[in-house]
Amino acid sequence: MGVIEEVRQEVAERGFLLASADKLVNWARTSSMWPMTFGLACCAVEMMHAGASRYDLDRFGIVFRGSPRQSDVMIVAGTLTHKMAPALRKLYDQMPEPRWVISMGSCANGGGYYHHGYSVVRGCDTIVPVDIFIPGCPPTAEAFIYGILQLHKKIHRTHTVYSGWGVNGVTQTRNVRT
Amino acid sequence: MEKLDHLEQLLTDRLPHVERHRLSDAIILRVTPDTLLETMLRLRDDADLDFKQMIDLAGVHYPGRDKPFEVVYQLLSVRKNHRLRVKVAVDEQTPVPSVISVWWSADWFEREAYEMFGILFAGHPDLRRLLTEYDFEGFPLRKDFPLSGLSEVRYDPAQKRVIRQPLQMVHPNREPYQVNPA
Repeated sequence: MGVIEEVRQEVAERGFLLASADKLVNWARTSSMWPMTFGLACCAVEMMHAGASRYDLDRFGIVFRGSPRQSDVMIVAGTLTHKMAPALRKLYDQMPEPRWVISMGSCANGGGYYHHGYSVVRGCDTIVPVDIFIPGCPPTAEAFIYGILQLHKKIHRTHTVYSGWGVNGVTQTRNVRT
Repeated sequence: MEKLDHLEQLLTDRLPHVERHRLSDAIILRVTPDTLLETMLRLRDDADLDFKQMIDLAGVHYPGRDKPFEVVYQLLSVRKNHRLRVKVAVDEQTPVPSVISVWWSADWFEREAYEMFGILFAGHPDLRRLLTEYDFEGFPLRKDFPLSGLSEVRYDPAQKRVIRQPLQMVHPNREPYQVNPA
């Protein structure tokens, strides 16, 4: 039975709908995740493919925003250099909570091709807390969308109302050197 | 080849004291820093040479040499359809006169050569680093510069900002590996 049919039946029988507050909140969050436009390299081109008509991220309620203050998700798409790292962190800090980070491609995940280089951050999770890592060099638009769906699943697992804002399910920055 | 012969003839005529040699498809001038500017001005302003464009400026590092650095200029004359390569050899302390007064395109090229090799350019209005961060230490394209650099950045939760620290290359869930592979 489809969801719509289920809903119709419940309304017909009882006249109202029941859902847990968490499910409602998570449904709202995953239904319109606005990512910040943050392309750093060729991964950004695949991100654009995902956003354009063929894969059409609008279907998931995803609209790219030009400002971190209007964004829920940061997609680190490409090579993060030492020079860019403070700017990336600043943008992340400007995003309102709750916020998520997707690390897209080998360079953002762990330095990738430039891992031994002198100018590239070896994994953007040393700068911002990453929720989803998408492998690939660059990942295809399909892989990127799959990563977004994985993030949806992760958000559905969080229990905002019961555990307080931002306590459960918030990812920490990788603590590499203590 | 005829065109090159013609250009070589011209150079013999106009710049007789400049050291010159020839590869199969290029003519290379070797000048010293103190004669660089007048040579370049002559190359640009002489109606027959007419090198109105500087296509590229690059640094080179030859560690064994007496003057270990070389600045290489690639010149082009669109009107005459010929090209020329000019080289200057310097050491770390000697500045090369900036050719910004001759070609504006030299600005960022010279900044890059300074950043990557530590070659100094006298008279450059803004000799900062161009590509790497402004507090970067060392000159990355020198042969003695370690591949992975000297420092790396990370976010420090205590200070709530991105900090720079000495290179460690330690990663969780990963076998230790060689720092700065050859």
